[in-house]
Amino acid sequence: MRKILIIGAAVLLAAACSANTAGTTAAAPSGAEAAAPGKDATAVGFIFVGPRDDYGYNQAAYEGSQAVAKAFPDLKVLTAENVPEDDNAARVMNSMIAKGAKIIFATSYGHLDAALKVAAEHPDVAVFQQGNLITGTPPKNAGTYFGTVYEPVYLAGIAAGRATKSNKLGFVYAFPISQTLNNINAFHLGARSVNPKVQTFTVSTSSWCDPAKQAEAAANLLKQGVDVITQHQDCTATVIKTTEAAGRYTVGYHADASAIAPKGWLTGSQWNWGPLYIDMVKTARSGGFTGSKYNGNFRVGYRTGENPFVQSPYGPAVDEETKKLIEQARERLTKSSPFAGPVLDQKGEVRVLDGHVPDYEEIEKMDYFVSGVVGSLPKS
Amino acid sequence: MLLVDVLAGGVRGGTAIMFAALGETVSERAGVVNLGTEGCMLLGALGGYAVAAETGSPWLGLLAGAAAGALLAAVHALLVVWRDADQFATGLTLMFLGLGLTSLYGAAYVGESAPGFAPVPVPVLADLPVAGEVLFRHGPVTYLAFAAAPALWWWLRATKGGLLLRTAGERADALVVHGHRPGLIRGLAVVAGGALAGVGGAQLATAYAHAWFEGMTAGRGFIAVSLVIFAAWRPLRVMAGSYLFGAALALAPALQARGYALNQFALDVLPFVITLVILAVLGRRTLRAAPAELRRVFQSASSR
Repeated sequence: MRKILIIGAAVLLAAACSANTAGTTAAAPSGAEAAAPGKDATAVGFIFVGPRDDYGYNQAAYEGSQAVAKAFPDLKVLTAENVPEDDNAARVMNSMIAKGAKIIFATSYGHLDAALKVAAEHPDVAVFQQGNLITGTPPKNAGTYFGTVYEPVYLAGIAAGRATKSNKLGFVYAFPISQTLNNINAFHLGARSVNPKVQTFTVSTSSWCDPAKQAEAAANLLKQGVDVITQHQDCTATVIKTTEAAGRYTVGYHADASAIAPKGWLTGSQWNWGPLYIDMVKTARSGGFTGSKYNGNFRVGYRTGENPFVQSPYGPAVDEETKKLIEQARERLTKSSPFAGPVLDQKGEVRVLDGHVPDYEEIEKMDYFVSGVVGSLPKS
Repeated sequence: MLLVDVLAGGVRGGTAIMFAALGETVSERAGVVNLGTEGCMLLGALGGYAVAAETGSPWLGLLAGAAAGALLAAVHALLVVWRDADQFATGLTLMFLGLGLTSLYGAAYVGESAPGFAPVPVPVLADLPVAGEVLFRHGPVTYLAFAAAPALWWWLRATKGGLLLRTAGERADALVVHGHRPGLIRGLAVVAGGALAGVGGAQLATAYAHAWFEGMTAGRGFIAVSLVIFAAWRPLRVMAGSYLFGAALALAPALQARGYALNQFALDVLPFVITLVILAVLGRRTLRAAPAELRRVFQSASSR
């Protein structure tokens, strides 16, 4: 049902979106073997899985695209919202390429297959995919990129672990993809680093944005005595408002939502894609994409600097001692990782050995909950 | 207790479905199927949320939701009653129209904050064991729904208006003989049904999810349509069925919050499996209960 609705929405919105891209330059001929991917691009295309104003993931990516438009006044920026994570994505990207785009940003995790297909068909187009991982050797004109969102999530976990009185934290998530598991585990480990008794209860909604399901998820977590709730959802208002109405604490995601949780807001993680997008576009336009750091699975974090994820401002409930602990942890993360060993899974098995600091790729392959997280991965 | 949580969740989440299903009952008892109910709910959700955001009053939002749902249903009435258009094709098209319109004009309200309905525990009753939590700790619109189903039941049964409406669905020619206009009655029934679906949508946005998001009804309008069929077009059974579906939707998060290992995807399809099972079990019995004028539209493909 949901899928039908989404496709229906996509069909209807396609008409609305065409206005965004109308009037661009004539299609550039593709297939010229020699051109470096994205070199001298006059147009860049961005596809988003949701609407550009969802107060979350897609809005952050959209704002990044507008930062690119501002930085390169001579560049035509094409955008398409509500692009499903299937072959429709390839169709939309191809139509952008037909309109002259030589650089494509496919900004949703599930856009990877379509993005790789488009990259194979158009060797002169540089294709950037946000959040997923290319297995094996990446094509000369494609790469993935992401930041280590779990690092600010770990810091926010510290605030949660300090704030809770019931020692029960709640986490509402969509799907058990690695990014989400990283976030849940990091949140819990952050909380546990300051509060060894803490437990993190998880509920999945199997949707990136289904406010009705989120309402029910939050209500049930609150019922279990959870007094700090966070989430990994594309739209975040429902969970935050439900938690605030119950007089409990919120840790945000995607955006500073302290306005809708004036009492219970602790902190959160939010995005700043602009600088990274601009550097990626600059690299591709100069003709230097192939072999660059972007031609692969590019990851940034506190260890490398320039993380596109930043911590949200603090709410009134966070005390000075907590802020100090978070500062110390941030300092620690520039040399270490939230997942520095030993890390145990729910069964008590050691998953990261004592003393080992896993690298970004290793972390993104995480497929388990750490010990202390309550709930099991949805079976499929 | 798990059962209490699931039942309370069923009442909380079943309210929106109930309003939509009662609306569909009104429409179908007059002889018109409205598959556009999902679209009416979406318009109601956006209309309700937007007006609540602009005026600061969720009650005005509720009224606006009713008006928005009625507006879309009026298109259905015009096409089906006046132009004799196919009910199914028109309804489905209106569903997509509602989805498209709300995605387009709703974009401004995604992430926008609006005042909503907060739970109001009923004094004394809210403290009853089990029943207190299941029934008496909800928002005012949920209490309104408690009254709506019995009221509709009484109205259909005991008033002249109800009789005229039922006759339009059973023996339209009899109405003509007595100088009534079945077309007008059907049209009004469809519009009233759309208004109720709009209230359901507005409740979803302003009392349950406290947010607007495109497509947020997520199939509840269709659940409402099938619910009416297996509730045999009777308001009180519609009420019970709505809570059953609400409970089915509430089961997954209630189990997960307790850490049970479960198949999330199986639980997600549960409401729809329940629908199919009930329809299969009831089989042609459902059709026998249908208003006669509706049966002609509804006759399923039989092997006999």
